Amino acid sequence: MQTKVENNKAWFLVMPVFLIVAFSAIIPLMTVVNYSVQDIFDPYTRYFVGTEWFKQVMLDSRLHEALLRQFIYSFTILIIEVPLGICVALMMPTKGRGASLALILVAIPLLIPWNVVGTIWQIFGRADIGLFGAFMNGLGLDYNYSSNPTDAWLTVVLMDVWHWTPLIALLCYSGLRAIPEVYYQAARIDQASRWAVFRYIQLPKLANVLVIGMLLRFMDSFMIYTEPFVLTGGGPGSSTTFLSQSLVQQAIGQFDLGPAAAFSLVYFLIILLVCWVFYTTIMNMQKDK
Amino acid sequence: MTQSTMSHNKPAKEQAPVYSRAERKARNANTRGRFGLVLYVVLLLLPIYWLINMSFKTNTEILSGLSFFPADFTLENYAKIFSDSTWYMGYVNSIFYVSMNMVISLLVALPAAYAFSRYKFIGDKHMFFWLLSNRMAPPAVFLLPFFQLYSSVGLFDTHIAVALAHCIFTVPLAVWILEGFMSGVPREIDETAYIDGYTFPKFFVRIFIPLIRSGIGVTAFFCFMFSWVELLLARTLTSVEAKPIAAIMTRTVSASGMDWGLLAAAGVLTILPGMLVIYFVRNHVAKGFALGRV
Repeated sequence: MQTKVENNKAWFLVMPVFLIVAFSAIIPLMTVVNYSVQDIFDPYTRYFVGTEWFKQVMLDSRLHEALLRQFIYSFTILIIEVPLGICVALMMPTKGRGASLALILVAIPLLIPWNVVGTIWQIFGRADIGLFGAFMNGLGLDYNYSSNPTDAWLTVVLMDVWHWTPLIALLCYSGLRAIPEVYYQAARIDQASRWAVFRYIQLPKLANVLVIGMLLRFMDSFMIYTEPFVLTGGGPGSSTTFLSQSLVQQAIGQFDLGPAAAFSLVYFLIILLVCWVFYTTIMNMQKDK
Repeated sequence: MTQSTMSHNKPAKEQAPVYSRAERKARNANTRGRFGLVLYVVLLLLPIYWLINMSFKTNTEILSGLSFFPADFTLENYAKIFSDSTWYMGYVNSIFYVSMNMVISLLVALPAAYAFSRYKFIGDKHMFFWLLSNRMAPPAVFLLPFFQLYSSVGLFDTHIAVALAHCIFTVPLAVWILEGFMSGVPREIDETAYIDGYTFPKFFVRIFIPLIRSGIGVTAFFCFMFSWVELLLARTLTSVEAKPIAAIMTRTVSASGMDWGLLAAAGVLTILPGMLVIYFVRNHVAKGFALGRV
């Protein structure tokens, strides 16, 4: 790895990015911090309440449930999407017309607006007008995502797998493409089994992209909002109410600005913490190479 | 007959029986792989197919039962969208702010990515992490403050407001991807250019940017993708003038029930631009998905 030149004038090149992101990030973040320590009745009547909202948020059992649901959800989809994504990537053709076609077809779900993804599954999962719902009922199961919590949960997970497995698949596909052909030739000479090729050649090369993929998937699933909102609206009951959903309910629905802001900060800190762990891992892995 | 000509044309394969078992195994694995892939793609496309199928049906047909092909083929749903300006302006608005976002992101991210890939400076690592942390910020957290911020500076319900708001996650992503691509360009090129008397701006525009063309294309694609699919912020920051198509789609819910056909047609039309864009970057998109880091 080449060493970088030390030059603080590089800050001038970074300045535009800093300014544009700071405008949309620091000012709103400070607003949130401001709200989180005040009790606001209207723009002119507000009281400083210190850490009261934070205490309230930390002890709110509804939020604990949402957080638990969120973690279970994020881990479930990671467990399904990562192996499935790797399998799909291994199956994709490497050259020719078929490669481009497979690439485009697999990438389609990623380019659909999130609320349309929700709409697609809303339609697809209904027993009266949707294929999936009708199919499940045809199997003799009493499937109804809008009244049965298990079915709702299943549909949300299935939707996410449908929506985001392509991301893992494409990441892995690009990782596989970077493996030189000589590795495979050597494996053929050694008469290595398919599994050995995967375990000792492909998987180590995939490690890097897999970490990126898991990072992106974890973050995005942790702030999922639009798709379940369109599909189930957080219901039935609160069985598919994730963190973002309960936050929006509190901030916009009930207009409890103080608690919502405190909640936002806690939420953001959790994400930041996990993000930092992943980021350090990625950077260390690149250093090792 | 064909069998014999084929074996005659390709004697090499016949003469290598040592590999035949391994080869047969590989071919079997290949066939299985193809089959698996086709199965996956079919399952992947089924919900989309269902949406397309529905968009060509009338509402009475949709509600009367399931069928794989529209019996009563109609373009009425599409006609409704293209004849009503409140509908089709939604697409125009979306495309408008997405393009703006793409241009802004690229303009600011290019120099920054160059700085990150070439220089060490005070706080560079912290800066990079801070940028990424914004990519990770849940939009729900910023919903209300965004609304107030953009209202107070008079940008509410303009395209630029949405474009700027989307910059919060497209810019970090753009910097990340471009940095990966730029690190792949040998530093000797920069040094040679400076020795040849190029100034920085001239070198950057004339030599460096052409070198990372594909990276820029991929970055633009990703900015497009993430800005196009995002709805929460776009909907919050607009009311009439710049309302995105995704928000207009909620209008299909009315007192008389859902207009499923219209909803499906509007959904189908939101998928098309993405497919068009990915077609242009299909050869580089795999590398882009790995953020240029393979």
